[in-house]
Amino acid sequence: MSTTTERGTDRNAPSTPAPVSRKRTWGPGSIWSLVAWIAGIAFFFPVLWMVITGFKQEADAYTSTPKIFFTPTLDQYRGVLESGIGTTLANSAFATVVSTLLVLLLGVPAAFALSLRPVKKTQDVLFFFISTKMLPVVAAIVPLYVIVGDIGLLDNIWALIILYTAMNLPIAVWMMRSFFLEVPSELLEAASMDGASLWTSVREVILPLVSPGIAATSLICVIFSWNEFFFAVNLTAVQAQTIPVYLVGFITGQGLYWAQLSAAATFAALPVVLAGWFAQNKLVRGLSFGAIK
Amino acid sequence: MAAISYKNASCIYEGADKLAVDSLDLDIQDGEFVVLVGPSGSGKSTALRMLAGLEEIDGGAIEIGGKNMVGVPSKDRDIAMVFQNYALYPNKTVGENMGFALKMRGVGLEERNRKVQEAAKLLDLTEYLDRKPGKLSGGQRQRVAMGRAIVREPQVFCMDEPLSNLDAKLRVQTRTQIAALQRRLGTTTVYVTHDQVEAMTMGDRVAILKDGRLQQFASPTELYDHPVNAFVAGFIGSPAMNLFTVPVASGGVQVGERLVALERDQLTAIAAAGLDEVTLGLRPEQLEIGSADDDGLLVQVDLVEELGNESYLYASFPDREIRAIDGTSATIVARSPQRAPARIGDTVTLRKREGTAHLFHPETGERIGA
Repeated sequence: MSTTTERGTDRNAPSTPAPVSRKRTWGPGSIWSLVAWIAGIAFFFPVLWMVITGFKQEADAYTSTPKIFFTPTLDQYRGVLESGIGTTLANSAFATVVSTLLVLLLGVPAAFALSLRPVKKTQDVLFFFISTKMLPVVAAIVPLYVIVGDIGLLDNIWALIILYTAMNLPIAVWMMRSFFLEVPSELLEAASMDGASLWTSVREVILPLVSPGIAATSLICVIFSWNEFFFAVNLTAVQAQTIPVYLVGFITGQGLYWAQLSAAATFAALPVVLAGWFAQNKLVRGLSFGAIK
Repeated sequence: MAAISYKNASCIYEGADKLAVDSLDLDIQDGEFVVLVGPSGSGKSTALRMLAGLEEIDGGAIEIGGKNMVGVPSKDRDIAMVFQNYALYPNKTVGENMGFALKMRGVGLEERNRKVQEAAKLLDLTEYLDRKPGKLSGGQRQRVAMGRAIVREPQVFCMDEPLSNLDAKLRVQTRTQIAALQRRLGTTTVYVTHDQVEAMTMGDRVAILKDGRLQQFASPTELYDHPVNAFVAGFIGSPAMNLFTVPVASGGVQVGERLVALERDQLTAIAAAGLDEVTLGLRPEQLEIGSADDDGLLVQVDLVEELGNESYLYASFPDREIRAIDGTSATIVARSPQRAPARIGDTVTLRKREGTAHLFHPETGERIGA
């Protein structure tokens, strides 16, 4: 009702300045939203360009003034699928899933112990975990190569699984610990007073509470293992090749195959994007809803 | 249901140089409601957690129903606990929260539901059984925590400041509900609070702790009328008892220029102890407020608290020599059963009414005389 009246007044008296609605004001708020849009587009555009380039012919993809209008084709995507991306995708998926599961299996109990059952040396143990991330991987690759060669796991996906597990474990322990710290210790006490064993109270009370944390941690591990390049390029060749190594194969001595590389990269990015999208639901859910006052 | 007894029970926290609970002896009868009260750091919560099995018993023993509980895990003690922050399982509904202990004991779904329904009815929670704790108000959560405890029909209830997260009005209301509920169920209850009003109103008996040591274990009226030492005297009662250290004179004690007369057996006790100074304790209602030229202690009013049906005068002595027990110059509180008869800045007299003044040893704080 009031809106109509206001509008009516405006029309009848155009000389008086119309009451400016707050949404239309150009204030600091809109400047920030403009900045946010620009930043968002700046981040998203290369990804979009990659997907689009995948639909081009090589000739269209490699023009000095980028072609915006072109006849889309599925040739590149089809070509990538036929050139054996399937094996490398499977390798990556296997290494990622198995190493993430191993990390959760080892890291969640460790984080539980380090947060809800702390002992004197807890801080030192935590520091030890994170200190394993301080050595540059490059410095360790030669001994690693020798060891992996000695145990006969060169070009074997299990070598990567072991390394990815070791690589992600400290991060997972630290991340999960911060989630466990949010759980009030009274919940465990309450469960034990209610007659639950430690395992039952963890399963029935603690794990459901930290499930968003487990989702977040898994996602991080999945992303890191999926995108890992350095170990993969040094320790695998044909059999155990993973997707990042496969992508590099498009940069050849004869030149870059932009369109095909883009199509392959789109395939490579898709699983991680999907994983993030699925995890999102879990991630945004708050941790403690009503445990404490 | 069972009797509880703390036998010389002690607890020390790792790295601490002092016992959190120091040789505690308490005999709690079957069905009794006992309140542990004391200032923070007095060890009252630790004493309760020792009973619940959440804190180790480092010395002595605790018996429940005659059985020694040292080394028995809390899940096997048949105790229900209500936590200060309730510690409800956030991922479970109210009904599941209340039924969890029964489920752990392997009680069938049908019986579990029946018992949960019963308890919910008792606590007015029936319509909330399917909600998650996060969707409830503070008072409702508190009732769910109570419900979770009573559904189990345990031998003992342990309650660790269960009302401290509620607002003042709800706290008073819930206080009476809990006391009534306990009387109805007849379950032995140990209740921890720092609020002496809760202690006085709820407990059959009250144990007062300070620095891990038991000061006095008695009924609320006994605590009020016969505090065993100056700490208990000052802790129980609101406003607190007036306590000052004053010289002994013939026939009484000298408060400034005035003599406060004491009873004959009190004088004998002082003489027997060979003291020339004592700590005198007068409750605010033991003082009668008179005008400046009446007989009594001459004081100047600093503050008036008007409560409508009664009022309190906070006053100081013109003579700064009179010391409170902590060594600072003393102030005095008097209760008037009506509206305040004086205003800030007025000079009034306070006269001791009929009845016994409390006397304590100026150094040890022990009670002197009956």
